[in-house]
Amino acid sequence: LKLYRKRHPTLPCNVLKFKSTTIMLDCGLDMTSTLNFLPLPLVQSPRLSNLPGWSLKDGNAFLDKTELIDLSTVDVILISNYHCMMALPYITEHTGFMGTVYATEPTVQIGRLLMEELVNFIERVPKAQSASLWKNKDIQRLLPSPLKDAVEVSTWRRCYTMQEVNSALSKIQLVGYSQKIELFGAVQVTPLSSGYALGSSNWIIQSHYEKVSYVSGSSLLTTHPQPMDQASLKNSDVLILTGLTQIPTANPDSMVGEFCSNLALTVRNGGNVLVPCYPSGVIYDLLECLYQYIDSAGLSSIPFYFISPVANSSLEFSQIFAEWLCHNKQTKVYLPEPPFPHAELIQTNKLKHYPSIHGDFSNDFRQPCVVFTGHPSLRFGDVVHFMELWGKSSLNTVIFTEPDFSYLEALAPYQPLAMKCIYCPIDTRLNFIQVSKLLKEVQPLHVVCPEQYTQPPPAQSHRMDLMVDCQPPAMSYRRAEVLALPFKRRYEKIEIMPELADSLVPMEIKPGISLATVSAVLHTKDNKHVLQPPPRPAQPTGGKKRKRASDDIPDCKVLKPLLSGSIPVDQFVQTLEKHGFSDIKVEDTAKGHIVLLQEAETLIQIEEDSTHIICDDDEVLRVRLRDLVLKFLQKF
Amino acid sequence: MDPECARLLPALCAVLADPRQPVADDTCLEKLLDWFKAVTEAGSSLLLLQEHPCLVELLFHVLKPQDLSSRILSFALRLAGIFAAQENCFQFLQQGELLPGLFGEPGPLGAAAWAAPSVRSGWIQGLHSLAQHPSALRFLADSGAVDTIFSLQGDPSLFVASAAGQLLVRVLDLALRGPAEGRVCPQAWDWPACARKVVCHLEDCLRSEATPRVTQALHVLTTTFGHCRGLWTQGLWARLSPLVARLLEKDPVPAPHALVDLLLGVARSPVLSSDPGLWETAAQALSRLSPTQAGPLAAGILKLQDCPQALRIQAFSILLQPLAHVLEATAQAPGTPRLLEGAAGDLMAVDTFPPSRSACVGLLCSALAHLELLQPLPQRPSPWPQAPLLAAVVTILRFCNGSAAPSSEAGGRLCAMLVGCVRVQRAALDFLGVLSQGLGPQELVTQVFAILLEYLVSPDSSPTVLKKAFQATLRWLLSSATPPGCCDLEPYAQLVLGELLAVLQKRLCSPCWEVRDSGLEFLTQMTRHWGGQGSFRQALLGSEVPELTRQLLQDPESYVRASAVAAVGQLSSWGLLTAPSSPEHPAVPQKTPLEELLLVLTTDSEGFPRRAVMRVFTEWLRDGYADVAEDPEQSVAPVLRAASRDLDWEVRVQGLELALVFLEQLLGPRGPSTAAPPGALTQALQALCRVQLFEFAFRSLFDCDRPVAQKSCDLLLFLKAKATPSGSQQEVGDGPNVASVEAALRRWQAGEQGQPLGELAPEAVLAVLRSMDLEALRDTLAESSDHVERSPQSLLQDMLATVGVLGDNEADCY
Repeated sequence: LKLYRKRHPTLPCNVLKFKSTTIMLDCGLDMTSTLNFLPLPLVQSPRLSNLPGWSLKDGNAFLDKTELIDLSTVDVILISNYHCMMALPYITEHTGFMGTVYATEPTVQIGRLLMEELVNFIERVPKAQSASLWKNKDIQRLLPSPLKDAVEVSTWRRCYTMQEVNSALSKIQLVGYSQKIELFGAVQVTPLSSGYALGSSNWIIQSHYEKVSYVSGSSLLTTHPQPMDQASLKNSDVLILTGLTQIPTANPDSMVGEFCSNLALTVRNGGNVLVPCYPSGVIYDLLECLYQYIDSAGLSSIPFYFISPVANSSLEFSQIFAEWLCHNKQTKVYLPEPPFPHAELIQTNKLKHYPSIHGDFSNDFRQPCVVFTGHPSLRFGDVVHFMELWGKSSLNTVIFTEPDFSYLEALAPYQPLAMKCIYCPIDTRLNFIQVSKLLKEVQPLHVVCPEQYTQPPPAQSHRMDLMVDCQPPAMSYRRAEVLALPFKRRYEKIEIMPELADSLVPMEIKPGISLATVSAVLHTKDNKHVLQPPPRPAQPTGGKKRKRASDDIPDCKVLKPLLSGSIPVDQFVQTLEKHGFSDIKVEDTAKGHIVLLQEAETLIQIEEDSTHIICDDDEVLRVRLRDLVLKFLQKF
Repeated sequence: MDPECARLLPALCAVLADPRQPVADDTCLEKLLDWFKAVTEAGSSLLLLQEHPCLVELLFHVLKPQDLSSRILSFALRLAGIFAAQENCFQFLQQGELLPGLFGEPGPLGAAAWAAPSVRSGWIQGLHSLAQHPSALRFLADSGAVDTIFSLQGDPSLFVASAAGQLLVRVLDLALRGPAEGRVCPQAWDWPACARKVVCHLEDCLRSEATPRVTQALHVLTTTFGHCRGLWTQGLWARLSPLVARLLEKDPVPAPHALVDLLLGVARSPVLSSDPGLWETAAQALSRLSPTQAGPLAAGILKLQDCPQALRIQAFSILLQPLAHVLEATAQAPGTPRLLEGAAGDLMAVDTFPPSRSACVGLLCSALAHLELLQPLPQRPSPWPQAPLLAAVVTILRFCNGSAAPSSEAGGRLCAMLVGCVRVQRAALDFLGVLSQGLGPQELVTQVFAILLEYLVSPDSSPTVLKKAFQATLRWLLSSATPPGCCDLEPYAQLVLGELLAVLQKRLCSPCWEVRDSGLEFLTQMTRHWGGQGSFRQALLGSEVPELTRQLLQDPESYVRASAVAAVGQLSSWGLLTAPSSPEHPAVPQKTPLEELLLVLTTDSEGFPRRAVMRVFTEWLRDGYADVAEDPEQSVAPVLRAASRDLDWEVRVQGLELALVFLEQLLGPRGPSTAAPPGALTQALQALCRVQLFEFAFRSLFDCDRPVAQKSCDLLLFLKAKATPSGSQQEVGDGPNVASVEAALRRWQAGEQGQPLGELAPEAVLAVLRSMDLEALRDTLAESSDHVERSPQSLLQDMLATVGVLGDNEADCY
């Protein structure tokens, strides 16, 4: 049972080898390397192209994986949420991967939207040429920082295409919460609601005697998705814990408050607000908060724009996945009302959505306003345009809500910037207090988590509360490390055919414990083991045939009875004396006793699991002694 | 007793004695007992019983075995106790064997009714009432009641158990007060048997291994020494104090809270506090009890006027310990200020902090609260360690927001326990505010402002914490004015101000209404103090705060609107609301603050903002705010018109208050002054008629809300005094105008709304004023509205009415 670890903990990618299956747990895509590149403007920007020390030559490239294992050996990939599947095309399309991917329907649909948006953002500003020579280590050394310090640039890849996305998604098999999926008869995997996003799941991977829980990107807060299923995680042998909050010190509720205050303050002063965000996820909750807040804050006349190639689909999809929503929202569907209030915002024209800044948007555009658009890295997408447009005025504000990118690095190419910048990272995933509550509730035998979670963050080394605290201490693992999970498989379940079971005659050896000897043929196929009755000994019809039969099946000799019990030495010595042996000496040894019959020059060695009679070629004596020994043992 | 009550009493007794009649609720019986108590205190109980034999009959009736409700039984026991409090009446009841029947073995004590807690409680309270004289003491001793009281101390009903303890105190007091009166310190062998019995019982309890029994004894002693000041208490304490001291040697100390209460009670008793042994016991308690348990004792000791200095030092170090521990946890260098020096400092090992989070938080909070109460007292410890205390509180606040760097492992644990703890944050901010009364080194003051700003800025501060942070900031800003009393801000505080206003801007936009509200309150307070000060004005006018405040007049939350009204009032009275018209609509002239507030008064659907508007207008008029002072009549008229029609009585009262201020400005201040000169009076009356004050005032006289009527009465009386100085009676003929006004007043008094008065002439007003008996009206209004309903007669009638004995039904009986 081994766990291979890749990537950083909030975008996990782990490989679990368990009972002859190889399971990849998530395949998140770390896009922080894009911060090394210049933004891709929708219109040629003289400012950006003339920045000193910045190269505009190369296009888009993302980090791919190191070759720790042969990806073609991966049997299945389990996806826990749509953020954790962004690397899927890289794995399914170019590595010889032959397996199946399992994910819930909303995960696939919204994951598709995220990929579609990404591809669209990149492809709509095509590059005339792409440079890759700089990846040569000798040249890279000469590049300005931070490029020269970037690691493993040779593994950076171009963004995938829509074709690759479609092909990758076609390999996904949809599953529902609590659905049990058999993998080759060896293990059973089950997705459970994790409470983080629409369709997000934790996974249980279990055999008959072992249970591994994979907890990734879970939330105990009451937001839009179905609440987290904690009960099913109980009795785990190992709980793999990843995808905790990236900003443990930022309470999501306070951050939403901060978001609203800053938004109102800016708009009341006639400024515009830019919110770089993903097209799905927290945006639903933000829109819901704003829905409640704008009237009370007197902002009803301010337009809200949501600009993304997939804006429309995202807003509509969210309304149709009722069964994946929290109870509150589910009940609305029966009224019938749309579960999310953004439907009403759209109806009343307070929220408008557009595929891009071209077309209708430019006609409707009115300031001051609030714009939600991607990409949160500020390197591509419509957000680049708004940064250029509004960056010069101190009336405007950009509010960062996605925690995936360092906002200071994201802003770097736009400096000097007059616009106000507010950082309100909203990460609803588990924080450490919630983790310790969860672990107390679920009580796994062992907790396995990335190394980062077992020590306080480097910037706040005194915050002992910002780490996983459990008993026994969590086992940690690092990037690209192989970890042997701390339990041994001891049992295997074997079925007995009914006719074989009929023939057994159990004998009670202790109250409540019965034993029976079985002679059978063990049949193993698809990781299932069955005991079948042994074939009857073939009638000896002819020398040749008989020989062949003995090749096929084990020789069934007449079986000697099995013995059990222990020999009480004192009584045994008395018995020997009764039977005429004299001059008996007993010696204690480390493992048992030695009974010495000096006269007969015989030695009886009694140990816990064996008894030896050593006599000098006196078969009659040996048999006599053997029978005396057997009197003390049970036979069956 | 008035005749009507005397007439009703037999019927009532009959009802009470009849088990088939459902008796009114318990409160009626309570009121009845109160009444009987008042009657017996005013006169002879014996006479009362002789004049009203129905009462004795009722008591005898209760003795009969029957199915009486437990509440009637309890009532009878308490009633008998009230009567028997007078010795002659006690003997009268004794003759009839009534008292043994009620309180002795044959009574409810042995009956099934005893199972009801109310009966047991009645029994105790009855005895408590009657235990007033030597005969009662003999009765108690002979009837064996004392043993019953002992057992009732452990009663499952807390009320009964507590009352039993009180009764024991009463018995002790009664037994020891008499014989020991005047003697220095009576010895135990002089005590009456009954007292000896009680004291032996207390001794047994104190020696007991069962904590509940120890607690009972300690409670009894605490009450005894708290309430009884006789010299005999010295003897009692001398006898019991060794046992109390022995409790402190046990591990763990039993009933620590009760023990602390007892020691403080003894220390506060003027008779006992001179006992040197007491201070030894207190010192022992301080060292034996855990920091959490010893905290209240230490605080109590420090509040005492005089006690040994060594004990005060020990007590103070107990309170300082948790804070000293916090300081230790972050101490980087040996030079940092220490709260506890020398032996006291070393006493405290770092590990003495409780391991559990809730205990640790509780200890810190109580230490902070005790120190907060101690700070302003004249007898607070001196020298007061202001600087280390400031440093400790700042460190606690840093632990709570995660910014403190602990220097030890224990500090790390403390950090993990305190991070995000709202309770500690609140307590620390309160104490920090109180500490602003003393000065501190500049460096620490800088740190104070820095941490306060951190809390104000942090999105994680909860609304209550934020409110406390605002309050503490204001106190520190006030204390940093140089020199004290001068209203100019210190240069450092001026620097802080810029950041404060930036925070305030954001807080005024918070989605949480409590935050907006406390932000506005803070702004109002700041403006009140520094509205006239140059640097403050400059900073404020340079920010968006005034404009945001104005916008908050439309806030959806009424409390916020009320606070915004107050803030706008304060800002504009300092001329700080002259915000430029918005850049987008330069043509649209902005409303003046006066118009804006008037709009709130006339249109707001909630009472709070409208009340706030009235307070602002009153303040403006009183302080001569420019816009109002220009033409007070013009400004006041629409406000009074709106207030007079308001549905909220507080707004109407405020309206009359405004009118009163207006009157004072026209006619001179209130007080025993002379009448206004006739010329001024006529002018004033004309002005008052023009603003239609009289319609408002006369109508308010009959307002269904009494405070409005009272206020109006005061106003008219004031005017009357100004108009007609004592002695001179100017006659103005009864014109038709006067008659119509009086007719209108009568209609209003009868409850009809009627027509408005229309135009009134000053003469007519004066005539009406003179003809009205305002003094009598004021006296009527001064009586509480239920004075009729509260009479005993009404009580008896009500009780009889509920069972239908009164009126028609009486005839049906035969």
